[in-house]
Amino acid sequence: MSSEPTGPGPLDRFTGGILRENPIFRQILGICPSLAVTNTMEGAVTMAGAVLFVLVCSNVMISLIRHLLKPHLRILVFTLVIAAFVTVADRILAAFLYDMSKQLGPYIPLIIVNCIIIARCEICAAKQGVWTAVTDAVGQSLGFALSIAAIASIREILGFGTWFGQWFGWRVIPVAPPAVWSPWVVMILPPGAFVTLGLLMGAINHLVARSRKAAA
Amino acid sequence: MDYLSTIVLLAVSTALINNMVFHFFVGNCPFIGVSRRVDTAFGMGAAVTFVTTIASLLSWAMTYYVMAPGAKLTAWIAGLVGYQGTADLSILSYVVYIFAIAWAVQLVEMYVRKYFPPLYKAFGVFLPLITTNCVILFVCLEIMKHVGLGAPDPWGLDKALIYAFFAGAGFLIAIVIMAGIREELDLCDVPKPLQGPGITLIIAGILSLSFMGFTGVDASLAKIMHPKRAEPPPAAAAVSDETARPGATSP
Repeated sequence: MSSEPTGPGPLDRFTGGILRENPIFRQILGICPSLAVTNTMEGAVTMAGAVLFVLVCSNVMISLIRHLLKPHLRILVFTLVIAAFVTVADRILAAFLYDMSKQLGPYIPLIIVNCIIIARCEICAAKQGVWTAVTDAVGQSLGFALSIAAIASIREILGFGTWFGQWFGWRVIPVAPPAVWSPWVVMILPPGAFVTLGLLMGAINHLVARSRKAAA
Repeated sequence: MDYLSTIVLLAVSTALINNMVFHFFVGNCPFIGVSRRVDTAFGMGAAVTFVTTIASLLSWAMTYYVMAPGAKLTAWIAGLVGYQGTADLSILSYVVYIFAIAWAVQLVEMYVRKYFPPLYKAFGVFLPLITTNCVILFVCLEIMKHVGLGAPDPWGLDKALIYAFFAGAGFLIAIVIMAGIREELDLCDVPKPLQGPGITLIIAGILSLSFMGFTGVDASLAKIMHPKRAEPPPAAAAVSDETARPGATSP
């Protein structure tokens, strides 16, 4: 243990994944799923669950074999490990959540090329022990889940007027007359995704800058 | 004529209507990361187009002969060992595609390093990262959907290659437009929190809104090419338009 390069401890990794190194808003990784599956909360939650499973499993696996990795082959090893776990996640979803598996379509296999997972394997799992790798994976996945849940909430509420509309049918904006609100169809189409993420990113940068100024 | 029009429709609907970046959201990391200058963006787009085409050639061959349900080579081997029923190796497809893509990227990296050293320097870390470019895997998955028993609209090698090439071309168009806008943006006064990725994403939203204007171009094109036939040929225009947009038909 002592000969290993030390990094941040487990707790540090965990909280860092949620706030300081939030994968979407701070590291700008994994933009594809955060845009593609966030027009409903169900899609976002399913995607976050799949990412959690794959990230935890591959971080553990890479951390266990980290002494066997050769530098020039490591990216290939990472991708193959991730691809194996994504196949497992894909089959599980197709078996138990067939509707969501149909709805997410190609974006589940695209978790393989999600930069978050490769980046975490490279930054944390290939250098630190299993326990740290697990907390890191859970922290990063929670950060990812919170981010895409935020985007999906905005898009689903403004676009459909519902929240978890397919699973629980919760209406946020009533449809009963007087009709003061018409759903913004653009929010569930591609442009809404880009603009929502851009504006949220701006808002978070603004808040971070302000809290830094207050601390200084 | 019929063949030609199918191909043209496939190309137009892949590159413009169902543009990889603006409609399917794939390839966003380089789209945001490498779109600072037009020449680098063009190099990136060209490299992605090349890798996509090579990888789709490999993955089509692997899918058609080995992995699709009822593929020829697998069925033959299964017959040798006396296996009854349809041999289906499609569970292996993700791992095999990643191998094919990594191989193609390695090829491009060696080629660019030998013949275009300045371009190699400009790419930096993004060249090996093409391996993890979603566009390429997305194209492979799309091809997988169209090969094998029971595929709704079976693609031969020709269609797969044209799909792959124009998917890459659509990415090239998107990233070059974005780089052109960002070069002009350097002279503008952007609010501080939005600088960098924020404003890029908002511009991408506006661009994607304008690319939505291409919807329906395929139907008009079909009408021009088949003046006698009333309805457009359904095959090419409907390339996974419905299936790949999650949640398009929610409450």
